Amino acid sequence: MKKAIRQLAFALGTALFASVAFAQAPRDGGSLNLIVTPEPPTINLGNGKLGPSSFVGSKIYEGLISLTPKLEPIPRLAQSWTISPDGKVYTFKLRPGVKWHDGKPFTSADVLFSFKQYLPATFARTKLIMGQTASIEAPDDLTVVFTLKQPYPAFMYIFEATGGTIMPKHLYEGVTDYRTTQVNNTIVGTGPFKLGEWRRGAFIKLVKNTEYWDKGKPHLDNLFFHIVPDAVGRSIAFESGKVDAIRAGDVENFEIARLAAAPGVALTKAGWEFLQPIGFLNMNLRNKPIDDLRFRQAIAHAIDRQFIIKNIFSTFGEPVNGPFPGGYVFRDTTVETKYPYDPARAKALLDEMGLKPDADGTRVSLRLLPLPYGETWQRLAEYTRERLNAVGIKTTIVATDVPGWFSRASSGDFDLAYNFVYLLGDPAIGVSQTYLSTNQLNRGTAANIDGYVNRDVDALLIKAEQETNKTERAKLYSQIQKTLSHDLPILWTHQMVMPTVYRTKVKNLISTGLGMNENFADVWIGK
Amino acid sequence: MDRLIFLARRCIKAVLVILCVIAINFALIRAAPGDPATILAGEAGAVDAGFVERIRQDYGLDKPVPVQLLTYMKQLLTFDLGESYREHRPVKEIVLEKLPATLLLTLSAFVFSVIVGVSLGIAAARRAGSLLDTLITAGSLVFFAMPLFWIGLLAIVVFSMKLGWLPPYGMSTVGAEFTAWETMLDVARHLVMPAVTLGLFYVAIYTRVTRAAALEVMDQDFVKTARAKGVPEGRVWRRHILRNSVLPVITFISLQAGHILGGSVLIETVFAWPGIGRLAFDALFQRDYNLLLAVFFVSSVMVVLFNLIADFLYSLADPRIELQT
Repeated sequence: MKKAIRQLAFALGTALFASVAFAQAPRDGGSLNLIVTPEPPTINLGNGKLGPSSFVGSKIYEGLISLTPKLEPIPRLAQSWTISPDGKVYTFKLRPGVKWHDGKPFTSADVLFSFKQYLPATFARTKLIMGQTASIEAPDDLTVVFTLKQPYPAFMYIFEATGGTIMPKHLYEGVTDYRTTQVNNTIVGTGPFKLGEWRRGAFIKLVKNTEYWDKGKPHLDNLFFHIVPDAVGRSIAFESGKVDAIRAGDVENFEIARLAAAPGVALTKAGWEFLQPIGFLNMNLRNKPIDDLRFRQAIAHAIDRQFIIKNIFSTFGEPVNGPFPGGYVFRDTTVETKYPYDPARAKALLDEMGLKPDADGTRVSLRLLPLPYGETWQRLAEYTRERLNAVGIKTTIVATDVPGWFSRASSGDFDLAYNFVYLLGDPAIGVSQTYLSTNQLNRGTAANIDGYVNRDVDALLIKAEQETNKTERAKLYSQIQKTLSHDLPILWTHQMVMPTVYRTKVKNLISTGLGMNENFADVWIGK
Repeated sequence: MDRLIFLARRCIKAVLVILCVIAINFALIRAAPGDPATILAGEAGAVDAGFVERIRQDYGLDKPVPVQLLTYMKQLLTFDLGESYREHRPVKEIVLEKLPATLLLTLSAFVFSVIVGVSLGIAAARRAGSLLDTLITAGSLVFFAMPLFWIGLLAIVVFSMKLGWLPPYGMSTVGAEFTAWETMLDVARHLVMPAVTLGLFYVAIYTRVTRAAALEVMDQDFVKTARAKGVPEGRVWRRHILRNSVLPVITFISLQAGHILGGSVLIETVFAWPGIGRLAFDALFQRDYNLLLAVFFVSSVMVVLFNLIADFLYSLADPRIELQT
């Protein structure tokens, strides 16, 4: 009897295992419908680095590596790599037999072209980091060697597809200006999908690359990126079943819970491990009285950041007290100075500075530049204005559109400005730029537009960028966090949690640290 | 001969108007903070110090505005609308890509609004004071007062989400493989809501204008004479009242041409209709000067053309009006 029960249990177990295995086996075919917003100016990933271009282009173009959710490198166009013990020589072995979408072979010449010529001309970040290299060489068709002037442990992060896009050298023979050439409109990559059709203003269709190097992939036949300019329209597109997934930012945060509650729909916060966005309030230290630490502390005490997360970002955020958010490498919360919500303390600090309220209750007037990225950010600016007004800092919101915001923020024409940056896997790439005193105005909005000057922080940032010993590096970044969280050159409002809402029939949608910017070779649609 | 002279004079005037529109827009857009260089720099994330200046030099944005305007006007004489700063494609190509969608939308809205508006106006006037008249007048007031985007969103909720009759957005079904006939039907289904929404505002205007004009005309002596002569009532309305009532409608038609782009920006956004209204909106927010000016150029040509057509229609509807400049 016992034996019979065991046999039955074994048979049931086997059947169950088989059914689970069968259920998990990827199905080939079908189309995945997504939204891309706003419509990208280009889907050439070498030339377009904005979110929409990266989202679409990352299915067509590839980098040498991708990144796991823990940000460990995994092979793509590079099959393997070695890093010399001194941390200066990176040797990549490339994948053999890879073809560009036009049938030409992919070789080390393409990698050399991309990192020596194309990307430095089109992408400032690669140009800056390539400044660290002493040489880039290709001993044979399938080997590339990067030699650095000094160690730079963050170096691997530049090789993922969106930053380190490998471009087809053969298309660009004779081209002198890589940024403006019309050759950029010829979309040829090595990725799992090829451009099928781009009906401007309506949709972008990508079709399966049947010659893809990873045999048996991609599973999907087509990817459709719907172009829906209105946020309400995008909600409707998802609700009506026209699209299968929406990315963070496609709809306003306050719509997410409603959309995710529908049957057959799931929500994930994964897939932003590499980009890791952090929201903050820039404070222009060039302007009085913002240059006074007590004033910045008063601003920090006047604003309830828990309220912001809960009520404005609809819980899609985590509190943060410094430039390193939760889950980010080298974060050290033990050294942080915290400035909790305490309007009375804010008023006391302003009193201490001698900023007494006048008859209207106004101590000082400031201009606040809101981030013109939709309703949520506008509400954040309005909330901030009310809280600052309440402690006597009369705040005027400056009406602006995106170009105006870029222009004013990057040129330092603001008192306070809302902003966010992507932290890009490593503080050497994602944090340094915002606090180095050598990287201030007219260098984009992720630069040190606040005018924070601290030579000690400068020296620590440079030293930490080059330190190969992880423990030592962590110590340096702890010191940096300690100083920055105390000095408040910026008021970090929240770690942005980015929801992706999708139908559960879509499998493997988020599988790596690049999230929706992964190449989608593994994505399939279940029944 | 008179008509030819009239046409020549109006054409010269039209060219001058268009050039003025371009010059004003050229100055206005440059007065807004931020230029393509700052946008491209902002989008590049981290940039080095010379990046913005290099882009300005590449596009000639470092030169004084009058010099830039002169260069642009010279290009325009050869119908060269320049290149989009963002897409690096000829602007002409981009505009021509989107123009058919806008023309389809606006002309459909136009035809719908004229036919329905004039018909309702006449119907209301014929039964002035009746329940029908009250309903039409009140309805037109409602549609006149309601914002277009709001009507659009309500229509999507009712006809797409609740009833499932019409597609919620776009100009065609994405990913569908249709025959030519099926494609036409598909586009027509997508067109219904945006065209009707865009047209409703003008339906309201034409209804009210036609009703008022018809009420005024129907008491005139020539109408009484026609009736006294024994002309059948239907013919009195068609030949005498309607023809004389449409003159103010024609005036509004020429005005509608000017508003239609503004309306289509909203409607094209709400319904994701891929036309030049949205193109203008996007170009403005990306400070894509060449693209924006090209859209203004096309829309001012449309307005001028509509006005010209309206002038001709006047003379056809009322022989007492002569073509004079």
